[in-house]
Amino acid sequence: MRAGVAEPTLTWNLARDTSEVLKYHFMVNALLAGTIVAAMAGLLGWFMVLRRQTFAGHTLAMMAFPGATGAALIGVAAAWGYFVFCGAGALAIGWLAGGRTRSWSEQSAGIGVVQALALALGFLFVSLYGGVLGDLENLLFGTFLGVSDGQVLALAVLAAGSLIALAALGRPLLFASVDPDLAGARGVPVRGLSIVFLGLLGLAVAATSQITGVLLVFALLVAPAATAQALTTRPGPSLALTVAIGVAIVWVGLGIAYFSAYPAGFYVASIAFALYMLARAWVWVRGVHSSQRRAAPGVEPEMGAGPPAEGVIA
Amino acid sequence: MRNALLAGTFVALACGCSGWFVVLRAQVFAGDALSHVAFPGALAAAAAGIDERVGLFAATVLVGSGIGLLGLGGGGSGPTRASGVRGSAAQDTAIGIVFMFVLGLGVFFLTLFGMSAGGGAGIQAAHTLFGSIYGLGAGEARVAAAVALAATVGTLAIARPLLFVSLAADVAAARGVPARALSVGFLALLGVVAAGATQAVGALLLLGLLTGPAAAAHRLTGRPYAGIALAGALAVGAMWGGLALSYAVPRLPPSTAIVALAVGVYAVAALVDTWTRRQSRSSEAHGETSSSARPSPVDATTTIAT
Repeated sequence: MRAGVAEPTLTWNLARDTSEVLKYHFMVNALLAGTIVAAMAGLLGWFMVLRRQTFAGHTLAMMAFPGATGAALIGVAAAWGYFVFCGAGALAIGWLAGGRTRSWSEQSAGIGVVQALALALGFLFVSLYGGVLGDLENLLFGTFLGVSDGQVLALAVLAAGSLIALAALGRPLLFASVDPDLAGARGVPVRGLSIVFLGLLGLAVAATSQITGVLLVFALLVAPAATAQALTTRPGPSLALTVAIGVAIVWVGLGIAYFSAYPAGFYVASIAFALYMLARAWVWVRGVHSSQRRAAPGVEPEMGAGPPAEGVIA
Repeated sequence: MRNALLAGTFVALACGCSGWFVVLRAQVFAGDALSHVAFPGALAAAAAGIDERVGLFAATVLVGSGIGLLGLGGGGSGPTRASGVRGSAAQDTAIGIVFMFVLGLGVFFLTLFGMSAGGGAGIQAAHTLFGSIYGLGAGEARVAAAVALAATVGTLAIARPLLFVSLAADVAAARGVPARALSVGFLALLGVVAAGATQAVGALLLLGLLTGPAAAAHRLTGRPYAGIALAGALAVGAMWGGLALSYAVPRLPPSTAIVALAVGVYAVAALVDTWTRRQSRSSEAHGETSSSARPSPVDATTTIAT
C-alpha cells in the first residue's frame, strides 16, 4: 500500500505527521476500528478487573484458536467458529466457576482445565487440517492495516449492542461484583449475571483480537482498567478514565506503528504497560507521602481520602 | 520413542507435583502465564544468537519471580489486599499485565528475528508453542529429564513449609516461616518446570498437564501427601497413555492426546466427587440409623478410584 510513496518518516512537525497519517483510507479505518474496540474493551475490561476474572478473559481469548482452526477445517468463516467456541467457553466457565460455593482455587483450576482442553482441540484441528494456516500469525498478533469499511460497521454495531446490554446490566452487575453474598441475599441473580457477563466479555475479546491479536487483547482489556482502578476507586470517573486511557493507547500505538517497521501490538502493549507502571508508582509515592504526614505529630490525618466503592452503591 | 518416554515421564512427574501446589494456591493463571512467557524467551535468545534453552529458562524464572514480587507488593486498592486467598485473587491483574507486556516483547523479537534469519522464525515459533516430543534427541531428553527431576526434588523439599504457608499464612508468618521468600521461590521453581515442560508438550499445552491431574487429585483426596503423589501418578499416567494413543493413531498429535487424557482424568474425578457427595447427602437425609455404617467421603472416593 505504501509502494510509490516515499518511506514515511517521523518529523518534529506533529501536525504534518498527523495529516500524513490521515491521508490514507486504511489508516482512518484502523483508527476508527481501534477507537471502537478500545471503548468496548475498556468498559467490559473494567468489570473484568473488578471481578478478578482476568484468567477467564484470557481463556476466552484462547477460544479463538480452536474456533478459527475448526472453522477452517469444516470450511466456514472463522468468525462463526470463534463465536461458537467463545459461547461454549463462557458457559463452561460459568458452570464450573459460577457457583458461590466454589472456592477460589477450584475456580482457577476449572478455568485452566477448560483452556487446556480448548488448546488441545485447536491443535488437533490444525493437524487434521494438514495444510498451512496462513492466518495463524494474524490470529495471534493481529492485523489492523486491512480493516475494511464493512468491518468497521460490524464492529460499531457489535460494540453498540454490547454496550447497551452492559448499560442495562451495569448496576446489578456492579453490586454482584463488589459483594456477591449481599447481592444474592437481595435477590440479584448472581450466577445468571456472571454467565451473561462472560458472554459479553467473549464478544469484546473477539472484537479486540481483530486489532491486537489474540495474545495481546490484555493491552486494551486489562491495562487501562487496572491503571484507572489504581488511580481512583469511584466507579464513574474510573470508567471514564479507563475509556480515555484505552483510546489514547490505541491512537499513539497505531501512530507510532505507521512510522516504524515493528508491529502495532508491540507498541500498544508497551505503552499500556508503561502507563500502568506509572500509575502504580504514583500511587506508591502518594502513599509514602501521606504516611509521612500522618507520622508527623500535630498534623491531622486525612479522613476518607476516597470513599470505597461499596459506599457509593449502597 | 525411548527419548520421548524418558523426558515425558519426568516432565509429567514435575508438572503433577508442582501442579498440586499451583491448584492449592490458586495460581493456575501464573502457571499459564509462565508457559506463554517461554515463547518470547526462546525468541529473544534466538534473536540474540544464543542457545534457545538459555532464553527459555531465564525468561520463565525472571517472570516467575517478577509476578511474585509485584503481586505481593499489593494488587490494586482497597479490601482485596487482605490475606491468603484474596491475595492470590489480587495477583490476577498483575499477572495479566506482566504477561501482556512480555508477549508484546515477543512480537517485537519475532519481527526482529524474522528480519535477520528469514523464513525459519514461523516454524521455530510453532515448535515452541506446541512442543515436539518426538523430535527430542538423546542428549536433550536426558537434560530435560534431569531438570524435571531436580524441580520435583525441589518442590518436595519445600513442600512442608509451603503447605503451611498456603493453608495458614498468618500462623506460618507468626511462627517465623519466610512466607514471602517461599512464594517467590515457588514461582521461580514453577518457571523451571514450565521451561522444562515447554520442550516436551509445548508452551500452550503445558497447562493441561499442570492443572488436570492436580485438580483431579484435589477432588479425590483431601490429604496433602497422598494428593501430591496421586497428582504425580495421574500426570505420568496421562503422559504414557497419550504417547501410546498417538502411537496407535498416527493422525492424533501427541500433545493433544496427552492433554485430552489429563482433562479426562479431571472430568472423571469431578463426576466421582459430585456423585459421592450426593450419595452421602441423600443417605444423611434418609435416616439416622445408617450413619455409623456410612463410609466417609474420602474412603468412598478411594475405593471407587482404585
